[in-house]
Amino acid sequence: MLAQAEHQQQSAAGFKFDNVKRNQLLTGKGFKQSTATKTGTTIVGLIYKDGVVLGADTRATADTIVADKNCEKIHYLAPNMYCCGAGTAADTEFTTNMVSSQIALHSLNTGREARVATAMTMLKHHLFRHQGYIGAALVLGGYDITGPHLYSIAPHGSTDKLPFVTMGSGSLAAMSMFESRWRPNMSRDEAVELVKDAIEAGIFNDLGSGSNVDICILTQGNVEYVRGYSRPNERVEKEQSYRFPRGTTEFYVTKTTETATAMDTSA
Amino acid sequence: MDFVGIQQEFAHAPATERHTHNRWEPYVDNGGTSLAIAGADYVIVASDARQSNGFNINSRYDPKAFHLSNNAILATAGYAADAKRLVEVLEQNAQMYYHKHDRVMKTSAMAQMLSNTLYGRRFFPYYVFPILAGLDNEGKGALYCYDPVGNMERVVYQSFGSASALVQPFLDNVVGFKNQRGADPARLLERDQALKIAVDAFTGATERDIYTGDWLDIFIVDRNGVTHEKRELKHD
Repeated sequence: MLAQAEHQQQSAAGFKFDNVKRNQLLTGKGFKQSTATKTGTTIVGLIYKDGVVLGADTRATADTIVADKNCEKIHYLAPNMYCCGAGTAADTEFTTNMVSSQIALHSLNTGREARVATAMTMLKHHLFRHQGYIGAALVLGGYDITGPHLYSIAPHGSTDKLPFVTMGSGSLAAMSMFESRWRPNMSRDEAVELVKDAIEAGIFNDLGSGSNVDICILTQGNVEYVRGYSRPNERVEKEQSYRFPRGTTEFYVTKTTETATAMDTSA
Repeated sequence: MDFVGIQQEFAHAPATERHTHNRWEPYVDNGGTSLAIAGADYVIVASDARQSNGFNINSRYDPKAFHLSNNAILATAGYAADAKRLVEVLEQNAQMYYHKHDRVMKTSAMAQMLSNTLYGRRFFPYYVFPILAGLDNEGKGALYCYDPVGNMERVVYQSFGSASALVQPFLDNVVGFKNQRGADPARLLERDQALKIAVDAFTGATERDIYTGDWLDIFIVDRNGVTHEKRELKHD
């Protein structure tokens, strides 16, 4: 009975807001809240002749420290849809995961491949409901029955449907490339090259972005996900080895405990 | 006023203020890292040259280690504009000293003058964390490090700046021989060893600190004078 009640409490859907009042009081008294890992990011997408190209850098930061040098920011949503995420790493991860599940169920119920607009609506409703507290800035791209689609979705839930979009702290650097070089009906190679250069503009000119370029090309009935399409920031070799001889670390006590007795198998 | 205390006081001063609306903000942290290692007959100084503000890079090559006229090197971290002004003041006073005494300033004299100059602005400090490197009267490597208001200490190795929390523990281990059983903590490194460590400290810091990168300035001071080397770091 008790176990059942506990189970019901734990499986209640949605967020818990139990500590909001306490935390406001603490903040008022000068307590510093801990900060979540942000992907101070460059993410982009563009539409070309035959589909959509998405791009992302791979740096994840915790304040001024690089937390992950090669993280994945292009998330799977459905077989025909991928979604780049900028902002709070956990929020982009969980939001895309959740919508991915909903899309899968939706496809099963309808017996059709889901449309990109459907995923976009699910994402924006979820983000708007939480009034910007879910810090996810997304670039959603896909190819459905009605053709190629590209959306940018801001953390408060507003969306834009455009032929080329950028988001994250490197969005200005990336947009400078798009604004100067994008044109309608580009070829696949031109499109991929432009996305690569837009992400690299973010990698080199925005301190929140760095490391490698991931790319995802979505066309009719096909997806090509290229992890590390460009790797312009390989680590250089160290000048010397920092291996220390065994026994370098100081110790004060040695104690050996027998944990198993060997069996005599000679007989 | 303790050394670490004032470093943190400055680092957090503008951000934690409640009414930042139209207030005058005289200080900027331009990021970047400096380090220095002293040897028996040399000192090596290394500083990256990226100058940044927030998520923007102001310059990929704006040196923050300065070769002074008395063959000492002043490596800095903190606010770039204050560092440049501090070098001007130091060089002016060093020239006055030269004309008055007909002698080039010794490293020890320059070290004391730097402390006095910093303390002279006790209530509107230069937001700079300086390391002064040169040779002492016996020709040994001499290193002096400071806080922004002039607290001075002679040391064997030191790192300041945005990646100092990454670099200093590394130096403690491989230059100060900390946490190494049986090592002689007073041993001074050979020059080629120190150079390798300085370079590895910066390639490592560049990997994990967003404010450190682009170019590395390396100065080596010995009895023959000063040599300068410029190396490339990662630009992301």
